[in-house]
Amino acid sequence: MGDLLNAFAVAGKSALGFQAVFFALLAIGLNVHFGYTGLLNFGQIAFAMLGGFGIAISVSQWGLNFWVGVLVGIVATVVLALLLGLPTLRLRADYLAIATIATAEGLRLLFRSVSASEVTGGTRGLSAFNGDFVSLAPWDTGQRYSVLGTRWSGGELWVALVGWLLVALLCLLVWLLMRSPWGRVLKAIREDEDAVRALGKNVYLYKMQSLVLGGVIGGLGGMVYVIGTGAANPDQFQNANTFLAYAVLILGGAARVLGPVVGAIILLFVIQFADTGLRALINNGVIPEGLLSATDVAQIRFVLVGLGLMLLLVFRPQGIFGDRREVMLDAR
Amino acid sequence: MPAENTPTGATAASLHKGAAPAGRAPQRLAQAALRDIPWEVGVAKPDPAIVVENVTRTFGGLTAVSVDHLEVQRGGITGLIGPNGAGKTTLFNLLTGFDQPNTGTWAFDGKSLGKLAPHRVARLGVVRTFQLTKALSRLTVLENMLLGAQGQRGESFLRALVPGIWRSQEKANTAKAMDLLRRFKLDAKKDEFAGTLSGGQRKLLEMARALMSDPKVVMLDEPMAGVNPALTQSLLGHVKDLREEGMTVIFVEHDMDVVRDISDWVVVMAAGRVIAEGPPESISQNQAVVDAYLGAHHDAPLTVEEEDRVLAQAEAAIAQEEHGGGEVLGTDGTTGRTER
Repeated sequence: MGDLLNAFAVAGKSALGFQAVFFALLAIGLNVHFGYTGLLNFGQIAFAMLGGFGIAISVSQWGLNFWVGVLVGIVATVVLALLLGLPTLRLRADYLAIATIATAEGLRLLFRSVSASEVTGGTRGLSAFNGDFVSLAPWDTGQRYSVLGTRWSGGELWVALVGWLLVALLCLLVWLLMRSPWGRVLKAIREDEDAVRALGKNVYLYKMQSLVLGGVIGGLGGMVYVIGTGAANPDQFQNANTFLAYAVLILGGAARVLGPVVGAIILLFVIQFADTGLRALINNGVIPEGLLSATDVAQIRFVLVGLGLMLLLVFRPQGIFGDRREVMLDAR
Repeated sequence: MPAENTPTGATAASLHKGAAPAGRAPQRLAQAALRDIPWEVGVAKPDPAIVVENVTRTFGGLTAVSVDHLEVQRGGITGLIGPNGAGKTTLFNLLTGFDQPNTGTWAFDGKSLGKLAPHRVARLGVVRTFQLTKALSRLTVLENMLLGAQGQRGESFLRALVPGIWRSQEKANTAKAMDLLRRFKLDAKKDEFAGTLSGGQRKLLEMARALMSDPKVVMLDEPMAGVNPALTQSLLGHVKDLREEGMTVIFVEHDMDVVRDISDWVVVMAAGRVIAEGPPESISQNQAVVDAYLGAHHDAPLTVEEEDRVLAQAEAAIAQEEHGGGEVLGTDGTTGRTER
C-alpha cells in the first residue's frame, strides 16, 4: 500500500513537472497545426530543439544575456517555420509531413555532428546557461521542498511554475485566436482548402501563420525542457517526442484548447505510474522475476501506454475533451 | 472588344432594376438584350461581364480547353453545357484562378484576370461553387456562412486578438447570414454541423455561402446534381433570384429541362471547344450540338463494304504478326507510341 501511494506521488510529480510542460507545449503547437489547421507537422521536435539550443548557444557559447537567448530561440523557430512552409504549403498536406520529419532528424544529426561541436557541443551538448533564469526564483533554489508527498528542488519548482504559467498564457492565446474570425478561417482550411480559396481567403498566408505560431509554441517547449534539465543535448530531441506529443494531443482531444494540457498531464502520469508501480510490484515479488524483470519496465510502460491509447480510440475516439459528433462526421 | 463601343440600354436598365420595387414580374433584361444577337460561336454581346480570349489548357497531350472567343452577358443566366469531358469544369477552374491556362487572357469588367490566385479572383466578385459540394463539415452552418463575408477585420492575426475591433462587424455579418439562411430555409439548422446536412441542403448552403460575399458573378458547377426534384425547383428559384438581383450567373448543368427553363443564353462545349451558342431554344436544333452529344458517325450501322474493309484490315494485321519477328516488334512499337 505504501508503495502504491509512493507510486502515486512520484507519478504526480512527473505529471506536474517540467517534462509535462514540455509535452503540453509541443502538443499545443501541434494542436494549432494539426487540430485547427490540418497541417501534418511530423517534426515538431525540430522547433523545440531550435528553441532550446537558441538559449544554450546564445548564453554558453556567445555569452549573451539569457533573455536575448530566448529571443534568438524564437527567431530561429520562426525562420525554420518559414523555410519549411515556403516550398511545401502550396502543395498537398503530405509534403509538409515529409519535409518536417526529414528536417527534424536531419537537424538533430547536424547538431550532434563533430563538425558542429564547436557551436552545439556535439554529442556532449551544452550546459550552464540557465543560471540567470533560476536566480530569478523568489525562493532558495538550493533547498529541497516537500510538495504533495515528493521532494522537489527549488529550481525544479521554479521551472515548473513558470512553465505552467506559460502554458496557461498560451492556452489563453489559442482560445482568443480560435474564437475569432481568424480561427474560423483556420478551421475551414482544415475542412477544405479550395472552398476557402473560393471565398476569397489567402489560404497560403493563413497556413504559414499557423505553422509559425505552432512552431514558436513548440520552440518555447524546448526552452522549458533545456532549462529544466540544465543541459541541451541534441539526443534529447529524438523525433519520437513528436509522436508522443501527438499521443498527448489525441488523448486530450484535438482542436480543444485544454486538450493538450490534460493529455500531457495524463500521459506523463501514466508512464511514470506504470514505471514506479511495476518496479514496486517486481521488488515485492508480486510479479515473478521470470515474467518481467526490472530492466524491462522501461519498455513495458510504453506498451501499456500504447494499449491505453488503443482502448481510448476504440471507446472514445474524440479524446477526453473532444466532441463525439465531430469525430463521427468523418465516418459518414 | 467590339462590344465596348456599343453599350445598349441593358446596362442602365439592370442598374435601375436594383432600385426598382420588388414584386414586379421578372423582366429578363438579358434575354431581351440578347434577342437580336446572331447564333454564332464567339459572337459579341451588348454588355459582356466576362470576355475570354484564346484560352487554352492542355494536360500532356490532351487539350482540355481551347476557347477562341467567348463573351458572357452581364445580368443574365448563361448555361454551359456539353457532354462529359467537354472541358466545362476546367474552364470554370481557369476562370476562377484554380487553374492557370497555357495561353490566352480573360477579363472581368475589363480587368484582366490572367494569373490571379483564386482568392484574388473571389475578392473581385467572382465566386464559384463546386461540382462536388464543399460544405465545411466540422463547422456549423452559421460558421460556414460567416466565412463567406469579405473584408473581415477579425481575419487578421493581430486584430483577431482584440475582439472589440471585429465584434460589431461580426454581428452585422451574422444578421446578414441569418437573412440568407432564412431565404434558403436553413435557419433552423444554423447551429448544426454542416456535415450533418443532406446533399441538397449542402448545395443550398454552398450557394448561400457564396452570396455572403455580395458577388457580381456567380459560377455554379452542376448546382442540381444529386438533388431531389422538389429541392431542384427551389434551387432553380434561387438561381433566378440571383438574376433578379442583377448578378451574372454562369452554370454548368446536364439536365436540359433546367437549362431550357432558366438560361438566357446557352454555350455548348465539346472536346474543349465552344461548338455552339445561342438562346436555349436554338440549341436543340443545332447540328453540331446533336453530333457532339450523340456522335456524328457512330450512330449509323456499318455498311457491308465497311464491314469487309475492317475485316480485311484485321486479317492483314494478323498475317503480319505471324511473319518475321523484327517486323512485328517494329509495328508493335509504333502502335504503342501512337496510342500514348
